[in-house]
Amino acid sequence: MTQLQTTPSATVGPYLAIGLTWEGGELVVPPDTPGAIWLRGTVFDGNGDPIPDAMVETWQADPDGRFDHPDDPRGATRYPGFAGFGRSHTDSGEYAICTLKPGRVPDGEGGLQAPHVDVSLFARGLLDRVVTRIYFADEAEANAQDAVLRGLPEDRRQTLLATPTDDGYRLDLYLQGDRETVFFAV
Amino acid sequence: MTGTTSGSRLDLPRYARTDAGLRTPVGYADYRSTGLRAPLRTPVDLPHRLTEVTGPLLGEDRVTDTDADLTRRLGGEAQGQRIIVHGRVLDSDGRPVPDTLVEVWQANAAGRYRHVVDNWPAPLDPHFDGLGRVMTDDQGRYEFTTIRPGAYPWGNHHNAWRPAHIHFSLFGRAFTQRLVTQMYFPDDPLFFQDPIFNSIPEGARHLAISRFDYERTVPDWALGFQWDIVLRGAQQTPFETEDDGDVA
Repeated sequence: MTQLQTTPSATVGPYLAIGLTWEGGELVVPPDTPGAIWLRGTVFDGNGDPIPDAMVETWQADPDGRFDHPDDPRGATRYPGFAGFGRSHTDSGEYAICTLKPGRVPDGEGGLQAPHVDVSLFARGLLDRVVTRIYFADEAEANAQDAVLRGLPEDRRQTLLATPTDDGYRLDLYLQGDRETVFFAV
Repeated sequence: MTGTTSGSRLDLPRYARTDAGLRTPVGYADYRSTGLRAPLRTPVDLPHRLTEVTGPLLGEDRVTDTDADLTRRLGGEAQGQRIIVHGRVLDSDGRPVPDTLVEVWQANAAGRYRHVVDNWPAPLDPHFDGLGRVMTDDQGRYEFTTIRPGAYPWGNHHNAWRPAHIHFSLFGRAFTQRLVTQMYFPDDPLFFQDPIFNSIPEGARHLAISRFDYERTVPDWALGFQWDIVLRGAQQTPFETEDDGDVA
């Protein structure tokens, strides 16, 4: 089959809010859904300053570890209306996504991954999205078995672990510096 | 019961990774804003598992009939050269990507964005908000009617001007395919000094430039431009499925 060359990415620029603002985009589920949690965090630049013009998108499995998608061969989910996708701008100083905590997801090779949320981060000054994962600090046993986390040095692993808060979890993202978040090539 | 099972192998599509020499780097020194923002460590390879080969299949409920025409907003007609921008969304295997959301945003004909941060002395257009949305059809085709955006100055370097462009955002059908990019117009004289355009490796720059499309020009109405967008391919390459006893 002839391979076509892929279209190169470009920055979202400073005016992303014009095109990429969705009413309720940050609600993967309505906030009054049983079990709903808020994932929150600040995005920091290399000076340690919060970035007010970034956008965080999240993609995740439902609490059973299933995806509302035809390429998940395990079939329908028990959570109608749970699309798994959220989009939050950081103009308030932090991102905030209301969702359900994902379940463990098969790794496709007989094992299980720890609960995680895939994250795309876009901003002026980033010519492509950067990708990371949110894991959950209170899933120690699952995290210890997760191949992706196990592949990282201990101190780097910490940059992916969201910590429990009153209404969910918190994970700050650091684009640079000593605490630079682990970013992934996908 | 929970639906999570671990004991079986799954047949998952695998998405080709684009050659690094043909991808836009995250950081590029001449684009100054990348200096404090682009991560400095080498990204870690993430294997493509279920989370990566799936993705949001959404948009239908976010798109209305009038979202594909940016020239009739806020009770009147936008100023400027009316254009039709159309093309196909394909994957790198040449397959169309149907029913996927395409989001666009752009400056007006004078090069001004309707955004609180944009305050350079060019006029706002009371009938242009610069936002469009459309779903691709079953052949992966999309089409917008808009006005040709103007160039505009910015503070990156002395006498810096952005070439006219339209921002595009696409999902495809998998997390791996997510793409945000910019479409340019042919033969723009501002390319030479624009670090955002020039951050694209030379061998891929032509893919960011639309083609003037006389065939799709509508007589007495609008000029046509064609731009195809290619997302990463999804060759169905199954994992080994025989039970070879090394299940974790």
